[in-house]
Amino acid sequence: MSGIVATDTLPKPKRDVTPLLLPVALALLMLPLIGSMSSWVTLTVASLAMGMMIFIMASGLTLVFGLMDVLNFGHGAFIAVGAYVATLVLLPLASWAQADSLMTNLAVLIPAALLSMGVTGALGLVVERVLVLPVYGQHLKQILMTTGGLIVAEQTLYALFGPQIIPLPLPTALRGSFVMGDVAVSKYRLLAMLVGLAIFVAIELVLNRTKIGLLIRAGVENREMVEALGYRIRRLFLGVFITGSALAGLGGVMWGLYREQVHASLGDELTVLVFIVVIIGGLGSVTGCFIGAIMVAMVANYGGFLVPKLALVSNILLMVAVLMWRPRGLYAVTSR
Amino acid sequence: MTSLLSLSGVQTYIGRYHILQGVEFEVPEGQTTMLLGRNGAGKTTTLRTIMGLWQAKSGTISLAGEPIERLATPDIAQRGVGYVPESMAVFSDLTVKENLVLAARNGPLDDVQLAWIFGFFPALKKFWLSRAGSLSGGQKQMLSIARAIVEPRKLLLIDEPTKGLAPAIVMSLIECLKEIRRRGVTILLVEQNFHAARELGDQVLVMDNGAIVHQGNMGALAADVALQEQLLGLSLEAHQ
Repeated sequence: MSGIVATDTLPKPKRDVTPLLLPVALALLMLPLIGSMSSWVTLTVASLAMGMMIFIMASGLTLVFGLMDVLNFGHGAFIAVGAYVATLVLLPLASWAQADSLMTNLAVLIPAALLSMGVTGALGLVVERVLVLPVYGQHLKQILMTTGGLIVAEQTLYALFGPQIIPLPLPTALRGSFVMGDVAVSKYRLLAMLVGLAIFVAIELVLNRTKIGLLIRAGVENREMVEALGYRIRRLFLGVFITGSALAGLGGVMWGLYREQVHASLGDELTVLVFIVVIIGGLGSVTGCFIGAIMVAMVANYGGFLVPKLALVSNILLMVAVLMWRPRGLYAVTSR
Repeated sequence: MTSLLSLSGVQTYIGRYHILQGVEFEVPEGQTTMLLGRNGAGKTTTLRTIMGLWQAKSGTISLAGEPIERLATPDIAQRGVGYVPESMAVFSDLTVKENLVLAARNGPLDDVQLAWIFGFFPALKKFWLSRAGSLSGGQKQMLSIARAIVEPRKLLLIDEPTKGLAPAIVMSLIECLKEIRRRGVTILLVEQNFHAARELGDQVLVMDNGAIVHQGNMGALAADVALQEQLLGLSLEAHQ
C-alpha cells in the first residue's frame, strides 16, 4: 500500500528532543567542573558504556511493563543467571579466553553470551507461564510472586555456587585501552557501547519497521483494542517477555565481565537500578529507557568523581528530578 | 429471517456491580439493529460482553449458531466480528496507514476495499501517513470505522459513532454505514442520536436497567411518539 500518496499532511507534532539533549547538556556542563579533558573523556566513555549495559538489561523490562502492565521484580534474576551461565562457559575454557588471539577469545565469548541468552530466555518462558500468568492485572500479587522468584533464584545460585565472589576475568584481547594523546578509552567499554547501540537500533527497527513491532507499539497504547482486532496479545507478550529475559541475561554477561566478577546477589543489586531507568524513561518507551540508562550512568560516574558520597543517592535524586519535571517519565507512552 | 447473533439470559458483572441482568435478543442477518437506551442502561456492556472484553457470568451468546460466550476476544474477532468502541481507540502513536495495516489481519491491505473506504472517508487518504493522534475527532471516528471494515466482517459492533461529531460528518458516517449494510454486513449499533438511529435502523432494541425492555421494527418506534417517551423518556419530535 506504499503506492498511496498522501495528498496532504497534518502539521507534524513537534518531535520532543529535549530528553535527547539531556545527556549532551549534562556532559558539557560537567566539563568545566571536572577540569581535565582526559578525565572528562574517560568518565564520559565509562558512563556511555555503563549506560548501554544498563539499557540492555532494562529494555526488556520497559516493554513488559508498558505492554502488559506487569511489575516484574524478578527481572534481576535473569541478569544474575546470565552472568553465571557465562561463568560456567568461560572459566572451564579459560585457556581460550586468555589466549592472545581476538578470534580465539571471541570463539568462546560469543557462544557464552548466546548460551546465557538461551538459558535466560528459556527461564523467562517458565517464569511467565508459572509466576506471571496467574496474576495478570493484580499488581500486588505480581510484586509478591516475582520478588519471591528473585529470592528463590538468588538462593539457588548460593546453593549451587556458594556465597563467594567468582572472578570472571576479561578475555585478553578486550583488556587494555586505545590511547589517543592523553586520553585512554577502554576496549571493553567501547565494545559495550557498540553492543548496546546495536541492540537499541535493532529494537527500534523491529518496533518501527515490522508488523510485530506495530503490534507491540499498539499493544503498549491499548492492548484491549489489539485483541479486538483478532491478535493474541498474550502470545506477543510471551515473546516480549522471553526476549526481555534473554537481553537481561546478555546484560548480566556484560556486567559480569565489566566488573570482572559475579556473585549471587548481582541481580538483586541491579533490580533497583533497572527499575529506576524504566521509570525515568517512561513505561514502555525504549528511547526513554535508552536516555534514562545513559543519564543514570552519567550521574553515577560524574557524581562519583566530583562528590563521591553523592554516588549513594544519585540515581534516586535523578529519578526525583525527572519525575518532578515529567511525572510520567521522559517519554510517556502509556497513560499509566 | 435468520439471526446471526443471539443472546439468551446474559448476566454480566463488573466487579460487584450486576450490570446485565438477563439480556435476551436476536440480531437478524444482513440488517442494522439499533441498541438504544438511557445512559447507564448497559448498552456498552452488552457490546463488550459480546466481544468477550467482559466475560458473561451466565447465559449464552451465539454467533451463526456457535456459542462464543466463553471464547477469548481474539477468537471472537477471528470469527468475523468487528468492534468500534465508543472511545474510538485508534492507536494515536501509529499513522493512519499503520492503523489499517494492523486491522488487515489476514494479509496485505486490499486496494479495492481501500478505494471503497476512501470514497467515504477521503480524509484518511489525505492524511495517510499522518499520526492518528493528530487527526480531528471526526477523522479518528472515520479511522476507527475504517479499521473495522478494512477486511470483510460478518458482524459489526459499533458504539455511539456519532457522539460529539459535527452534523456534516454525522451525515457521511450515516451514508457509510448504509453502504456497509447494503453489502450484506450485519450491524449492531449503539446510538444516542435518534435521527441517525431512524436513518439507519431496521430493527430496534431498547435497554433499561441491564435488560431489553422493547424490541421491534425501528420504523414503528420512530412513528410512535408515546412509545418513545415511555421507553426513552424523550421523543424524536422533540429533537426535530
